[in-house]
Amino acid sequence: MKPFEQLVADHGAAVLRICRVVLGPGPDAEDAWSETFLAALKAYPGLPAGANHEAWLVTIARRKAIDIVRARARSPVPVAILPEAASTHGNPGDDGGLWHAVGLLPLRQREAIAYHYLAGLPYQEAAELTGSTPAAVRRAAADGVAKLRLAYRPEFPNESPAAQGAVP
Amino acid sequence: MTAPDSVLTSLAAPDPALLDRLHARLEAGAAAAGVLDLAYTTTATPVGRLLLAATDRGLVRVAFEGEDHDAVLAALAGSISPRILHAPSRLADAVRQLDEYFAGTRRRFELPLDRRLSKGFRLSVLEHLPRIAYGHTESYAQVAAAVGSPKAVRAVGTACATNPLPVVVPCHRVLRADGSFGGYLGGPQAKAYLLGLEAAA
Repeated sequence: MKPFEQLVADHGAAVLRICRVVLGPGPDAEDAWSETFLAALKAYPGLPAGANHEAWLVTIARRKAIDIVRARARSPVPVAILPEAASTHGNPGDDGGLWHAVGLLPLRQREAIAYHYLAGLPYQEAAELTGSTPAAVRRAAADGVAKLRLAYRPEFPNESPAAQGAVP
Repeated sequence: MTAPDSVLTSLAAPDPALLDRLHARLEAGAAAAGVLDLAYTTTATPVGRLLLAATDRGLVRVAFEGEDHDAVLAALAGSISPRILHAPSRLADAVRQLDEYFAGTRRRFELPLDRRLSKGFRLSVLEHLPRIAYGHTESYAQVAAAVGSPKAVRAVGTACATNPLPVVVPCHRVLRADGSFGGYLGGPQAKAYLLGLEAAA
């Protein structure tokens, strides 16, 4: 069995990308990452030999992220999904409005982008993970990326169309 | 119009500073939850980079670069636990005392040791070694006699050669009867360096 540190080194960035797309690049994504790796560390000695580490971690991360999404939904004071947490990750305008646009996508589109495009899961596996169908994941991923493409203006970081209402 | 892969590339942009922060948080969380079975770090010394690993009981392994740190960690994952993280805070005392030792200002290590990697005769040999005073040496035969098995000279050599805690448990203070070095896990230069350091202090 590999030292657990090797799993953090190999898959930590991928899990972080998923958490950020599903939850926005703020404290929630950091909490989801932390809870994912702590839970994985606890369970690691019992993981069968030959298991796919990244798939295992992505499954845990999905569960932790959904827990946080549900906790937000239950929260009496709605927590903004909008990644105003850009304050902790550099200047808000630096990303060309991208993370703001991600925050405007419905959860199923964010999940489809995270698990299909960023985690590299085939539509079938992304659908199994999220309790959807391959066709629905394919559509959600395509629609989500199309909206981001419209919103994303990296060459004009201060003129985010999303921020100006160009994207409904 | 921005290409879609540009969007995805931006979403996937790495954030090394954030990952470092999250790693530190994982180290603390794992220790607090009692699931950090092995913490390790490495430290630069005049005899090369040393790997230091500790359980919650104490320092369990010191390894020279020549032993291949990745291989040592893989072996520890099998022999102790795969719940291993790079977590320097548990090793802070050990690093400080090694710095002092190599600076010539420390003659004795005061660290909790976890001896679980040594058993039987080898353990009794290794437990004897800290009684060889700083700057002094004993022969393999003297050590064999000291642990009550005067004929087990070769086994003393094996015990020293497989010392899981070199430098801290001073197997470098054991020499051949003719005064020549004998083998050393960290190589003959490292053994010579340590003996020279202690002789000069």
